[in-house]
Amino acid sequence: MSNTSPERLPRLSLVLLSGSALGYEILLTRLFAIVQWHHFAYMVISLALLGYGASGSFLSLTRHRLLPRFQTVYPLLIAAFGISAVACYLLAQRIPFHPDELLWAPRQAGRLLMIYLLLALPFFFAASAIALALARHTRAVSQLYAMDLLGSGLGSLAIIGLLFILDPMQALRLLGVLAMLASALAAWELGARRGPILAPVALGLLLFALPGDWLQLAVSPYKPLNQALNIHDTRVVAERSSPLGQLSVVQSPAVPWRHAPGLSLLAEGEPPAQLALFTDAAGMTALNAEVRQLNDLRYLDQLTSALPYHLQRPQRVLVLGAGGGSEVLQARYHQVPSIDAVELNPQVIALVEEAFGDFTGRPFSAPGVRTHIAEARGFVADSKQRWDLIQVAMLDSFAASSAGMYALHESYLYTTEAIADYLEHLAPEGQLAITRWVRLPPRDGLKLLATVVATLNDSGVGDAADRLVMIRGWQTSTLLVKNGRYAPEQIASLQTFCRERGFDLAYYPGMPAAQANLSNRLREPYFFDAAQSLLHGDAEALLRNYRFDLTPASDERPYFFHFFKWSLLPELMRFKGLAGSNLLDTGYLVLMITLLQAVLASLVLILLPLWLSGRSVGAPLLARGRRFAVFSYFGAIGIAFLFLELAFIQRFIQFLHHPLYAIAVVLTGFLLFAGLGSAFSKRLASSRRQRLGVHAAVAGIALLTLVYIVLLGPLFGLLAGWAMPGKILLSILLIAPLAFCMGIPFPLGLGVVGQQAPSLLPWAWAINGCASVISAALATLLAIEFGFGVVLLAALGMYILAALSFSALARGTG
Amino acid sequence: MSSLHVAQVSPLSICLILLFLLPTAQAEEADRYARERADMLDTIRAESAFTGLYRDQETLDPAVMSAMGRVWRHRLVPEEQREYAYENRPLPIGYGQTISQPYIVALMTGLLQLQAGDKVLELGTGSGYQAAVLAELADRVHTIEVVKPLGERARADLQELGYRNIQVRIGDGYYGWPEEAPFDAIVVTAAASHVPPPLLRQLKPGGRMVIPVGSAFQVQQLVLVEKAEDGSIRTTQVLPVRFVPLTGGHD
Repeated sequence: MSNTSPERLPRLSLVLLSGSALGYEILLTRLFAIVQWHHFAYMVISLALLGYGASGSFLSLTRHRLLPRFQTVYPLLIAAFGISAVACYLLAQRIPFHPDELLWAPRQAGRLLMIYLLLALPFFFAASAIALALARHTRAVSQLYAMDLLGSGLGSLAIIGLLFILDPMQALRLLGVLAMLASALAAWELGARRGPILAPVALGLLLFALPGDWLQLAVSPYKPLNQALNIHDTRVVAERSSPLGQLSVVQSPAVPWRHAPGLSLLAEGEPPAQLALFTDAAGMTALNAEVRQLNDLRYLDQLTSALPYHLQRPQRVLVLGAGGGSEVLQARYHQVPSIDAVELNPQVIALVEEAFGDFTGRPFSAPGVRTHIAEARGFVADSKQRWDLIQVAMLDSFAASSAGMYALHESYLYTTEAIADYLEHLAPEGQLAITRWVRLPPRDGLKLLATVVATLNDSGVGDAADRLVMIRGWQTSTLLVKNGRYAPEQIASLQTFCRERGFDLAYYPGMPAAQANLSNRLREPYFFDAAQSLLHGDAEALLRNYRFDLTPASDERPYFFHFFKWSLLPELMRFKGLAGSNLLDTGYLVLMITLLQAVLASLVLILLPLWLSGRSVGAPLLARGRRFAVFSYFGAIGIAFLFLELAFIQRFIQFLHHPLYAIAVVLTGFLLFAGLGSAFSKRLASSRRQRLGVHAAVAGIALLTLVYIVLLGPLFGLLAGWAMPGKILLSILLIAPLAFCMGIPFPLGLGVVGQQAPSLLPWAWAINGCASVISAALATLLAIEFGFGVVLLAALGMYILAALSFSALARGTG
Repeated sequence: MSSLHVAQVSPLSICLILLFLLPTAQAEEADRYARERADMLDTIRAESAFTGLYRDQETLDPAVMSAMGRVWRHRLVPEEQREYAYENRPLPIGYGQTISQPYIVALMTGLLQLQAGDKVLELGTGSGYQAAVLAELADRVHTIEVVKPLGERARADLQELGYRNIQVRIGDGYYGWPEEAPFDAIVVTAAASHVPPPLLRQLKPGGRMVIPVGSAFQVQQLVLVEKAEDGSIRTTQVLPVRFVPLTGGHD
């Protein structure tokens, strides 16, 4: 098809390019979580990935001009990726976009569009380079696609590792340098000498000469860290960074922090001196100064979360989400001799114990305190101990929680299975205490109650109503579940506790209605009424008639923070002008908008080249029916691949627990082994074997998925006690065969298109790119509405559709 | 309502216009803002009419509305936001802070049930708009802002607008304003992790305190704190719109 040249297959450059592109994608989620909010990061990055789809559309129209100049264009595109990856982010973060203002200020929508376009650019260049390489070497598609997947797999692993060593901005610069190296490698692989090789290297090195203030994170002025820094004398005294978040310790000598959310209105004392600890410029918690006497911590006894200490004298306490240490200090204030504190982020503990150890007095090293760096749920599940009190700290900030930003976030801390795990680890008469923010109209607290009641009923205890107690202030509510029945003297202590602090009783066994809703009055006694319905009335009716979704979260549908019901929408639209938008959980809205935007943009990207090329004479086109087969084949496998990947990440999180390990292992495992599958598919490239190959791969995927649906649960339960390296190894072994099969269909399809109608190859690439973007949002939507099981089944359905489409596609080949 | 009241123009006044072009232009501008202000109040009334207020109170406090009709909001927002000053929406005022939407200001002020002769404390001056509305209704307003440049700007703007009954202090508001305590009403718009106990002590028996809770651009709820004559404290959590979370009853 083109003149023969001594060029090599651009394997190495493709690995490095794909790795940098995937690393960039993950890095962007980190960067945007810091400068904006993470739910917004989700939307921006999903849309930016449409750059992949756009590259296909672009090449559909330009390939006949670009392919003959492949040796020049390919390295240039890679270099353009490197430069734009750095430059576009630096520009995008300077755009003063404030998502909260979207509702009122139309110009914000324009700014959002600018950010989309800027960030789509690097992905566009990277994907164009990859697609051009695939179009250039139609006979080596499987090998090149294998390099693409291999690179992506290594890239995802590398960036997570890098983020432990470098801060996000340094990582961004390094990615730029790596991309320039990829460009140099590409030039070398394609037979160039000196100039084209040295130029990108020089450009890459130039990145190190960028002025320091260009590489500052431009954090939104509305993030709590920046708001706090406007206060006189306030300054950041330490920063730490890891994939788990950017931590900033902030000192405010002029205006003390006095962080004590949920503090009783009747409290006398005030908190001791504190340092603030911000995560990703938000989510503030406090590090308390060492106190001379425990009595200086008495404010910790003025919170709703102090209740369990007044109903028993726990000897062994487990704190889940130790953070800055307030809950540990609270336990110490109540003279608990043995405390286990679990914290996910080792840098938090290091800050409290080492960097600011002299200030805090090292609460985690105090006698009787044991600190565990672990994911809370996993720690409990794997432990053989029992505790008198398990205290689940509030891990999210009020602002984030109140705006419903977590609606898209899976949380395995508040599912029915999690509650069952906690309850199993209570000593006889022990208590589980969970404190949540009070939002209006009530949501979290009621859903938690519904979850606990469902768990107790499922576990077969007949007296759930006698094991629960719930109180609330105007800011927080605390729910207690006892391993046993509450005794009358405990109820008396409960009443005293609330009376002395001005808290309200929401529920206790035998509580009369007259005692509800007295100190912090709501329009109706929502908490009391809900508890009565859940425990003594018609729980189904409550879930059905409540305007927000209170259905208990489960590991299968781990969306505790999702409260949206469609029936709410018309009423909320009426309230739009009157601060009523806060009734809507923004997370779900963001998801819907993302999906809608992705579908619309995809339609344009997929249809435009068809429409334009339909009028040009250049490319021989397939018959309409065959074209549809291309569409459904590449659309289906684009959706199916990501559906399976996301659903299995969810499954493996329940085994590996740690979100980082799970994502790193599953993502890397899938990509690497799919890469092997792709490389293997070369052997199936003869026309007769192609169809067999695709059908066998789909059969393999279907079989393994069905087996895993049945087996993974019990298997993971059996091996829960294994050490992490063993768990990771087993996970990789389980992923390997499935991912291997998943790597086969795409290159085989490209091969067929390459033989029959090479001009449609970039179009197939565009469809696949768009489908992946849509599938990410769609998978979340399906999981929220129906659970991850449905996502898995939908993926299978898509693979079967792909197999059928392939038959139509390959008909008449050879 | 005389919201669209336009002065008649006589031949004589045309001469005057020619003579005093500048002041008249200013008067015209003031006129335009007065119209916008009246429109804003109409919008708020119309929108709140069909959502209703907390505890089914059907109308906003007329005294509050007329006070808001007198305050020059356009002079209390940054220059570049002036054109939106009378739209019913929150506006950025710099330093990561915002000015609440007028509807929320009306609600909050109404909840305080101010009377002539009252002394009010405000935490979180911001642009000074809320303080100005309070000053139209109460005798004296003491307001504290922790962000220095914001406080200084508000102080200057309020002075220029002629509010002699507002005192602005820059600094930590946690301990209130002990020299002027006790207060008939307190507004806490500054982000605080809890209600500072010293503030409650500076509230007169029978006094009321309002705290808007939410993020920069969205108020989620208003917390009304009431101190009874015997000193006991009771809070009420108010949603800005009438919304019934449970429907269908227990059938």
